[in-house]
Amino acid sequence: MELVEAALAGNRRAIARLITRIENDGDDAHASLSQIYPYTGQAHIVGITGAPGTGKSTLVNELAKAFRAANRQVGVIAVDPTSPFSGGAILGDRVRMRDLAGDSGVFVRSMATRGSLGGLARATADAIKVLDAAGFEVVIVETVGAGQSEVEIAETAHTVVVVEAPGMGDEVQAIKAGILEIADVFAVNKADREGADRTAAALEMMLDLDQTPSSQTRSASRIVIHHGQLMEVAQHPPHSTATGPDVPNDVSASRRWRPIVVKTIALRGDGIPELIQAIADHRQYLETSNELAHRNRIRLTNELEHILRDELMDQLLKKIDPSILVSLMTQVADRELDPYTAARQLLKNSYKGKRQRRSGDA
Amino acid sequence: MSKYHPTAKQKIRVLVAKPGLDGHDRGAKVVARALRDAGMEVIYTGLRQTPEMIAEAALQEDVDVIGLSVLSGAHTVLLPRIVELLRQNDMSDVLVIAGGIIPDEDVPLLKEAGVHGTFGPGTLTEDIVKFIQEHVRE
Ligand SMILES: Nc1nc2c(ncn2[C@@H]2O[C@H](COP(=O)(O)OP(=O)(O)OP(=O)(O)O)[C@@H](O)[C@H]2O)c(=O)[nH]1
Ligand SMILES: [Mg+2]
Repeated sequence: MELVEAALAGNRRAIARLITRIENDGDDAHASLSQIYPYTGQAHIVGITGAPGTGKSTLVNELAKAFRAANRQVGVIAVDPTSPFSGGAILGDRVRMRDLAGDSGVFVRSMATRGSLGGLARATADAIKVLDAAGFEVVIVETVGAGQSEVEIAETAHTVVVVEAPGMGDEVQAIKAGILEIADVFAVNKADREGADRTAAALEMMLDLDQTPSSQTRSASRIVIHHGQLMEVAQHPPHSTATGPDVPNDVSASRRWRPIVVKTIALRGDGIPELIQAIADHRQYLETSNELAHRNRIRLTNELEHILRDELMDQLLKKIDPSILVSLMTQVADRELDPYTAARQLLKNSYKGKRQRRSGDA
Repeated sequence: MSKYHPTAKQKIRVLVAKPGLDGHDRGAKVVARALRDAGMEVIYTGLRQTPEMIAEAALQEDVDVIGLSVLSGAHTVLLPRIVELLRQNDMSDVLVIAGGIIPDEDVPLLKEAGVHGTFGPGTLTEDIVKFIQEHVRE
């Protein structure tokens, strides 16, 4: 476990190799993660998402420089898609981050999705943990610029910055469905281009609609979408007791944050101080409202669920005789058996197998 | 089965970079795409990279291979410098290959300096893919 110790001490080569080990999901990946886990939970995780080419990487470059100017250590994880045809990938985000070279307070890692569809790789959350444990105070995560990436980054990051660019036609329609629900901050980038004011105004208008008292129920469901499946948790935030009896329980902290809209020209660094301020304001809000603990809890619950699901599936597949699987699949394909019954039969078979082995052992 | 079989979880990671000051990277992009199509993860860093930037990116990205595209005459200085920086970072097992315009008489010098393969103009991308697959560290 020398590698883990070296990574925790901030050794850059060790950090890089540890991330590879985790990405490849090798034998010692889980043991390494168990070891670093106690040292995580310090970093502010900032997600940057938005359509392809809106300027995410260029913004990450500027944000990282600004955080560095404030003397904070910055880790960056930039995710690009794996080709479903070859399994290969071109990871090009570094091209826009060349200003970060030569600074030992910055660590940039590119990551391919490797089949994951949510805009992040399966290993992204764990790679964040490595950077967090190694002492990076801010971890910026750039998602794949396409697909339904938004929910996953909302579950992973503390603060989500959604990047929009002007010039996409009808402003209100151009704003992707679901984006209002996950954004904590909007960056209207390429503000040097025609239409940035209109895009910003359209966002403000939509946010105003979303915040009016008559849309209380919509606001409540906003939390539900934000945090995926965990609606009960969102409706009864764990901090409602901690904030005292004078704070009404049904007003979730999430509702009181109104996303900030900032215009930026990433190419020239314009609007970056404002964007940094908006991110800091959101962080402050998370801390003072107890929303931070709330979000962390939801994130970890989701993570645990994913791990459980993966492990159960692995265990199950190991127990199932492949020939039984094939024969059931054939029956399903021939419409002799429905998939629900097939799944139940497989489960029953696997448990039977286990009991037999046990009694055989005894 | 090789650990780099397409269905294996492990992928060959390649840094494609263009050291030096000359200004086009068409060839580098063609190679990057060919490597992707062969199932590799290509970290593309773009133009005008210094040896220090390349070595640092290779370290952070933990690549198995560095592919360098050179068109200027400075390769006899730049490439040995990159290999030396890799050595300092304890990354001597990284496969270093170079393509572009490299006069034949410079090839022995580059080999001597630790560049494992050189590919002149007109090289088929398949040959580069094959070279990497055969020589990458296991
Ligand atoms: N005019 C203008 N162009 C910009 C600005 N910011 C970025 N760009 C350009 O927009 C293009 C895309 O920028 P990237 O930073 O690569 O965008 P991205 O969102 O990371 O792209 P993907 O990762 O491919 O989705 C580049 O050519 C940038 O130079 C800006 O403020 N104004
Ligand atoms: Mg990008």
